[in-house]
Amino acid sequence: MEHALEVRNVSLRFGGVRALSEVSFAVNDGELFSIIGPNGAGKTSIVNCISGRYRPTEGQLFYHGRDITALKPNARAPLGIGRTFQNLALFHHMSVLDNIMVGRHHLLKNNFFTGALYWLGARREELEHRRKVEEIIDFLDLQSVRKATAGTLSYGLRKRVELARAMALEPKLILLDEPMAGMNFEEKEDMARYIVDLNEEFGMTVVMIEHDMGVVMDISNRVVVLDFGRKIAEGDPATVLADPHVKRAYLGEEDEVLVDPDDAPDHPSVAERVA
Amino acid sequence: MANASLIPAGDFRTSYAADTTIFPTKTSRNTAILGVILIAFAPLVLTGYWLSVLIQIGIFGIAALGLNILVGFTGQISIGHAAFFLLGAYTSAYLNNNLPIPVFFTIPIAGVITALVGLVFGVPAARLKGLYLVIATLAAQYILIDFFSRAEWFSGGSVPASANPFSLFGYTLRGDKSYFYVVLAYLLVSYLLVTNLMRTRDGRALVAVRDHYLSAEIMGINLTKYRTLSFGLAAFFAGIAGALYAHYQLVVSNEGFGIERSILFLAMIIIGGIGSISGTLMGTAFVVLLPEAMEWISMELKGGTIDRALQLNNNLTFLREIAIGLIIIAFLVFEPDGLAHRWRQIKAYWKLYPFSH
Ligand SMILES: Nc1ncnc2c1ncn2[C@@H]1O[C@H](COP(=O)(O)OP(=O)(O)O)[C@@H](O)[C@H]1O
Ligand SMILES: [Mg+2]
Repeated sequence: MEHALEVRNVSLRFGGVRALSEVSFAVNDGELFSIIGPNGAGKTSIVNCISGRYRPTEGQLFYHGRDITALKPNARAPLGIGRTFQNLALFHHMSVLDNIMVGRHHLLKNNFFTGALYWLGARREELEHRRKVEEIIDFLDLQSVRKATAGTLSYGLRKRVELARAMALEPKLILLDEPMAGMNFEEKEDMARYIVDLNEEFGMTVVMIEHDMGVVMDISNRVVVLDFGRKIAEGDPATVLADPHVKRAYLGEEDEVLVDPDDAPDHPSVAERVA
Repeated sequence: MANASLIPAGDFRTSYAADTTIFPTKTSRNTAILGVILIAFAPLVLTGYWLSVLIQIGIFGIAALGLNILVGFTGQISIGHAAFFLLGAYTSAYLNNNLPIPVFFTIPIAGVITALVGLVFGVPAARLKGLYLVIATLAAQYILIDFFSRAEWFSGGSVPASANPFSLFGYTLRGDKSYFYVVLAYLLVSYLLVTNLMRTRDGRALVAVRDHYLSAEIMGINLTKYRTLSFGLAAFFAGIAGALYAHYQLVVSNEGFGIERSILFLAMIIIGGIGSISGTLMGTAFVVLLPEAMEWISMELKGGTIDRALQLNNNLTFLREIAIGLIIIAFLVFEPDGLAHRWRQIKAYWKLYPFSH
């Protein structure tokens, strides 16, 4: 069977730092796959390699059998790879609606010429895609903030807008880097349900980095565990968590080690929320 | 308060088409139409002097709009905009003088040629950031100006090039009164085009590149393409404006289009509002009217103590430059969002009056 994604012997070095060492794993088409591991284990680095932000020092990446190792980041969206970021990366001064519309960039054909004329198909196309965006807005319950400037939203809402933007490019493979970090219980519950829907209803293959073990156990089909840039386990969630290496690596001492204060997302200040 | 919506309660949109119009409400659209109609009567009521001021605001407003695409929307910087303005002016004059093409056509052609030259300079500039980008655009300014002073065949070299009045197939428009309408038409079309651009794919891509280039790239946006494109678009409007200026002044020369003019263009968009389309015009009006206001003040003070102390008449140009410098700094410090933002707040205040607190 052809894999949606195959990571083959990927190593990544930053000067003397080995962020990844010969990491290999494969994600099946339609799977909900989680990457876990302590902070600094290399989880974000692997997602950056898949989305094209980092180029592996060694090794290869295959997407539906196609070698994408050296592909430019902006050439990956049209192939159907979308992602969200661990530290929010919205277009701060744009409205929620426009943020999500940017996600449809590669699906739109109007250009600076037809766009400036708002004619020759540009208008019709914009309105068609606006309809698609409204469906995503409805799905993620963002109706009340669609006209708000993204930078003024609460942390939890911004995370959701990022998900909406990634969904808008209609990915076949969606990469979610800590989609629930910094959320309260209720927000996490909503987010977990959205992710399951992405996978089951929208048919997207999901690769998720998440620290909340409860969620990972609940919703993932399979899990890979990284530690110090190496893969230490892979398999279904229950087996992986029972693995002695994994226990030693980071489940050992306390239950909540998974939330490292250093990696806590920066919450917007109260002033920022009110502004 | 700053984010108070200006849409009256009860104004519900029934379709996405109605929700994506340029004007958010019927009232705002009618106000704009009324404004344009009133402006169209200007030549009938204004003196020649004030009409020329309006024409200048119109022409420079088009050039500043181009610069705002580059600086305000794409987050680049340029201190070479005046050179592209001049390129448009020389190109249109040259084409019309040497080929049987009426001015009506040479103006847009000059815009396109200036845009192509802008793209050429944009290719290296799009790969640079910060100070390096500033230096690169400064180089563009000097290279072009140097070219104009050397290429006698193109620009007349040390003698100013002459330009013909606006013409179309043998029919010639003479005088400010009719030229005012030419500029008004170009101004309206330019602002309409840019407004449309900003609500469609490529305009959003430019802003995305400005706001967060890494995630823009993940959304499939080619950063280099859009940064280069924004130089081309900026140059296009500079070229159009320059061409309009050439056939208004009827001569073109390098004088007055050095780097200080490029900085004045930047002043227009900083004062009006970086990344604001309507603010661009407000900022341009401000910068064009400022010397007029200063002249008026110096006239009022004539003969008084302040006049004697500062020798206002002799130092007017000098004082004007200081004033513009101070005003730019004041806007950067106290009103970084420009006049457009202040204007929105004033409107919001009056909408809610007397319950604004
Ligand atoms: N751009 C970078 N430059 C230098 N070091 C980096 C960079 N990105 C990641 N690293 C290093 O690589 C290691 C793995 O980081 P990361 O992938 O962010 O871990 P995780 O997401 O699992 O917390 C860390 O030691 C981090 O400091
Ligand atoms: Mg991380």
